[in-house]
Amino acid sequence: MASITLDNLGKVYPGGTRAVGGVNIDIADGEFIVLVGPSGCGKSTLLRMVAGLESISEGEVRIGDRVVNKVEPADRDIAMVFQNYALYPHMSVRQNLAYGLKNRKTPKDEIEKRVAQASEILQIGPFLDRKPAALSGGQRQRVAMGRAIVREPAAFLFDEPLSNLDAKLRVAMRLEIKELQKRLRTTSLYVTHDQLEAMTLADRLVVLNGGQVEQIGTPLDVYRRPASAFVASFIGSPAMNLISASAVPHLPGTAHAGQIGIRPEDLSVTPDGPIAMNVLAVEELGAQRLVHGKTGGERITITLPSDAPLSDSMNLSFRPDALHLFHKDSGKRMD
Amino acid sequence: MKRTIFSNQLLPWLLLAPQLIITFVFFLWPAAQAVRQSFLREDAFGTRTSFVGLENFAYLLQSPEYFNSLKVTAIFAVSVTVLSMGMALLLAIAVDRMIRSTRVYTTLLVWPYAVAPAVAGILWWFIFNPTIGIMPYVLAQVGYDWNHISSKTDAMMLVVIASAWKQISYNFLFFLAGLQSIPGSLREAAAIDGAGPVRRFFDITFPLLSPTTFFLLVVNIVYAMFDTFGVIDATTEGGPAQATNIMVYKVYFDGFIGQNIGSSAAQSVVLMILVLILTVVQFRFVEKKVAY
Repeated sequence: MASITLDNLGKVYPGGTRAVGGVNIDIADGEFIVLVGPSGCGKSTLLRMVAGLESISEGEVRIGDRVVNKVEPADRDIAMVFQNYALYPHMSVRQNLAYGLKNRKTPKDEIEKRVAQASEILQIGPFLDRKPAALSGGQRQRVAMGRAIVREPAAFLFDEPLSNLDAKLRVAMRLEIKELQKRLRTTSLYVTHDQLEAMTLADRLVVLNGGQVEQIGTPLDVYRRPASAFVASFIGSPAMNLISASAVPHLPGTAHAGQIGIRPEDLSVTPDGPIAMNVLAVEELGAQRLVHGKTGGERITITLPSDAPLSDSMNLSFRPDALHLFHKDSGKRMD
Repeated sequence: MKRTIFSNQLLPWLLLAPQLIITFVFFLWPAAQAVRQSFLREDAFGTRTSFVGLENFAYLLQSPEYFNSLKVTAIFAVSVTVLSMGMALLLAIAVDRMIRSTRVYTTLLVWPYAVAPAVAGILWWFIFNPTIGIMPYVLAQVGYDWNHISSKTDAMMLVVIASAWKQISYNFLFFLAGLQSIPGSLREAAAIDGAGPVRRFFDITFPLLSPTTFFLLVVNIVYAMFDTFGVIDATTEGGPAQATNIMVYKVYFDGFIGQNIGSSAAQSVVLMILVLILTVVQFRFVEKKVAY
């Protein structure tokens, strides 16, 4: 177990393309950090730099108190779970789990003990002598996690581990990963493009965009006070309504604002509300319904209880403190 | 599988005809001739032909020259296979590690495959020519007196090098394709699991290449045994003192130079049986056993 520090970390590819720049993250011992962002935002590159699979062009990575910039992946005391699981197809599950320990000259009985432990935690005991090809997606996922936990490393690195699973299994495995991490208290760095996965798993999440950190915070912090228009649009489902400030000129305090944001659940229907919306479509989610509409050329979405009355045009109101203002030049939060 | 129904009965046969005719004229008919002739013996002037049963085969199995040829073929086939596959694997690993210019090197490395066996033979015959070649000159500098005209070992080395050189291209392509189909994350996972580059190769890469390796093993043995006639004919002609007289060359030499048609045909039949066995091995094992 250890803390991980990314100090002004950057990656420039030969040829000058900058994938990541100036990333500072302090990960406390035992913390679960999720790196989230759209594809191409540099989140996987960042993870691979921590793993040692990608060279570091700027800054430092420290695991514990040790700078590991030049340390081989094997000697960084980390374990990684890959998107395609990367199980060795010619080895049985048992051999897959034991391989890392065998390479480290762990005594035989110790290997057996740890493999037994891991297979009990992950309930993969019955499959130990099968080859990965004979396992289902969820079982392979478990084996991949097993291979990480038998090593008892200082940190787990997850590279979109759930994206190859179907929706239902993904939700189940998400919870399992969360419980497992709480139980083992191993520092974890998890990469995903799925904001829901990020919100549910993270102690703190790091929102990345274009190789830069947009915001670091607990899921609720990020949700309640997004640091930029990008974070506001990326975190939360349905996404926050972002309206160009020029569309509502009469609003006080919006002189420098470029965009005004409001969460769909912060809008309510009142007969004398200041926003008149023409309803375009309604999506039923069961517990609630999403109503999509237009006001003054801007698209807007609200969430309503599933029994709320519907009409073709609605008047909406909001509490002033529910508004998020983003600067017109930087896109950063204004308060 | 898509099934097409022809209303005209003649058309499918017409469409198949070119392939069928070629197979019949150049394969089935000569093969049948060889089998027939292996049971016959002609007299020295070609005037009388008599049926002798298995006598040609019995004579072969008592002939020390034939056993020499078997031994030479075995040494030759194993050497060519090991050398060409080994070199090809090394080159494929080197190219696989490259990020850029992979295509350029691949193209260049494939060229030798386009060279005809006889031309490859002559090329190496010149390079190793004891009077005018560059290699004997270089070898002389380090104290080795190269002469494949008088030395059996040198002659064998020459035909092995010339034959293997041509086949490296083919093996290289298959090895490279095999290597590139192994996901990079497997090697990364092994790296994190504490395996160094050598360990990674033997624990992960090589086992995953085994289907390719086994396929190439059979193909290379077949190549060395049957397709190297041109190389031998252009360089050593089986000599010196039968040292490079591999089975397929002996068939030609005994039949067309020695005019012993019966024995030559019997040798052809033995070769046919060998091909048959190798084909069975290929299908039985490549399809089923060598998988993970």
